[in-house]
Amino acid sequence: MSGIAIQVEGLSKQYRIGSKQESYKTLRDTLSDAFASPFRRVGKLIRGQATGAAELDETIWALKDVSLEVKRGEVVGIIGRNGAGKTTLLKILSRVTEPTEGYAEIHGRVGSLLEVGTGFHPELTGRENIYLNGAILGMKKAEIERKFDEIVAFAEIEKFMDTPVKHYSSGMYVRLAFAVAAHLEPEILLVDEVLAVGDAAFQKKCLGKMGDVAKEGRTVLFVSHNMFSLQNLCTRGILLESGQIAMQGGITDVINRYLDSGREQSGEVSWDSPDVAPGNERVRLKAVRVVSEDGATGEVDISKEFRIEIDYWNLEPDSRRLVSVHLHNSMGICVLTSGNLPSASLTPDPWYSRRYPRGLFRTSCTIPGCLLNDGLHGITVYINEKTAYDNIVLARDVLSFTVQDTGVMRKEYTGKWLGAVRPRLDWHTTQLSS
Amino acid sequence: MRVSPLSGDNVACTSDSMPLIVTIIKPSRGWISLDLREVWTYRELLYFLTWRDVKVRYKQTVLGAAWAIIQPVFTMVVFSLFFGHLARIPSDGIPYPIFSYAALVPWTFFANGLGQSSNSLVGSANLIKKVYFPRLVVPVSSVISGTVDFVLAFIVLLGMMLFYGIVPTLNVIWLPLLLLLALVTALGVGLWLSAMNVQFRDVRYVVPFLTQFWLFATPIAYPSSLLSEPWRTLHGLNPMTGVVEGFRWALLGTETAPGPIIIVSSLMALALLVSGAFYFRRMERTFADVV
Repeated sequence: MSGIAIQVEGLSKQYRIGSKQESYKTLRDTLSDAFASPFRRVGKLIRGQATGAAELDETIWALKDVSLEVKRGEVVGIIGRNGAGKTTLLKILSRVTEPTEGYAEIHGRVGSLLEVGTGFHPELTGRENIYLNGAILGMKKAEIERKFDEIVAFAEIEKFMDTPVKHYSSGMYVRLAFAVAAHLEPEILLVDEVLAVGDAAFQKKCLGKMGDVAKEGRTVLFVSHNMFSLQNLCTRGILLESGQIAMQGGITDVINRYLDSGREQSGEVSWDSPDVAPGNERVRLKAVRVVSEDGATGEVDISKEFRIEIDYWNLEPDSRRLVSVHLHNSMGICVLTSGNLPSASLTPDPWYSRRYPRGLFRTSCTIPGCLLNDGLHGITVYINEKTAYDNIVLARDVLSFTVQDTGVMRKEYTGKWLGAVRPRLDWHTTQLSS
Repeated sequence: MRVSPLSGDNVACTSDSMPLIVTIIKPSRGWISLDLREVWTYRELLYFLTWRDVKVRYKQTVLGAAWAIIQPVFTMVVFSLFFGHLARIPSDGIPYPIFSYAALVPWTFFANGLGQSSNSLVGSANLIKKVYFPRLVVPVSSVISGTVDFVLAFIVLLGMMLFYGIVPTLNVIWLPLLLLLALVTALGVGLWLSAMNVQFRDVRYVVPFLTQFWLFATPIAYPSSLLSEPWRTLHGLNPMTGVVEGFRWALLGTETAPGPIIIVSSLMALALLVSGAFYFRRMERTFADVV
């Protein structure tokens, strides 16, 4: 058995989701339910069943029959779209939640970083939080003491060690949190998207630290949407698609397959039922579409404008909404971010200042032609309570599309255009002297 | 070689260079073992969580730790006025204020411990969803952190004994065990309620009601000597009766030794703790998904 760090066989995880009809019940149903359900629930409680209103619920398989093997010292990237089961897999392997079926065997001490700063207490000082957070992540007190200076130096917050962290800037907070986590020394490290925090310089530092961890011969399972860091850190990749393994292999092959799978798409992703769509009881996504003059498409002409349409159910009456999108290219570089803020729109979106009733809405954004460079792009959709940073809907890479170079900008130069954007600019030469 | 078990399966495996911990992950079914050994390996986390609760408890309050004293002292004043002075409820021949305060000190410890532990899992939802550790650590640490408040209120009790010129009996050596009995009771009920609270937030409304009811079901405002045997011993089925009568007996030297009551109370508290711990473990597997 030596040489194997993680062995997983037929791992499945079923989640219960609320009943579809729930939001459309009549008052009479609601009232009769209110009287009847406490008794049903108490009955269940006495029998020790853990499932709430189980028989009314629908279930989904977040992970279905996943088998894989990771050798000691391997750095494996886990790739997949939103809801493909990446986080669920890490949660099971770190024992946060139990699988519904299947079996996994882990050889070595596991450290998991599903989120940085878990267990930080705002009232405690930086120093105190290092000890608390370290203990939560499974470090011994002696171990924390030994690494204390190193952690403080890495986080660059020497001066604020005795300030309660609630007075920290968000950057300082994240730096401290990552610094503690980065100094965990387990044999197996499970990391979920934590590098997506902090400023660029600190992200670079984190990537460097992760690289060191990998070089020390420890096993790392790494979930990320950032193809750039995956490409740099990992040797092997696993592609998850709707809870199942679609492909395993060299990281470059797996990334290409992941990007390719977007190319086949019809330019539309949609959910029929609000229960499975991204979001919560306040807003649910219904569909995201890329629409050119020929309708929904996965390929747009580099010189022509197209629309990104976002359809969503607003389930909370009298609310305010802000819809925004991020576009990433295949290198993981964020090409642009925009939202329906009046100052970021050519003509202000009237719904920005209105209160939303319940109902189905469509917000669309027009991307002009001759702006994006050619290649694959991923759309990330955010829907927030206006001005709040609560991300009611956060659908990462929910849909991808390819910008096709049709040759309109390739008459004189036919090589690869570098850069994230390729706008047509005003070029002018004047002769200044002879 | 250390072995970290899950679902009751422990496998030890030695690799070529160094011993590695092997963890087996699979779905668990039915009642599962308490796995106290694992809780023990996480004792440092228990210490840090308790320490956090103590440190944070009176942050951003004006009166700070004085709250630990205000609560039982003011209840004592109200009780002395209404039950002692107006209703003239007997107090085993001891001045009524100290008679009720000696009971209110362990009672406040119990009531706060019960309240804190019932809400502990829901309050730590973020932690539970993101990091693995034995979940038992959470309610246990929240009950233990209440001992600091207990010590403060107890100092006031000593001051009152000095004032009334009451010398504690030799039985005072039993006091730590009586405190342990209160702790076990609070934890036993707290385990039941905290695990239920994850799924049914009704618990949040049950706890204040339960504590209020329990306060009057415990001989705090009145002596249990009002009851005749066998009812007096049966009153011990409420474990707090044993604690309260024990405190008075050990500190104030009330006439009758509450031996039978304390035995009944201890058995009851132990039953609560063991059943609570098993129920907690049974529900534990769904905590991260439901909370």
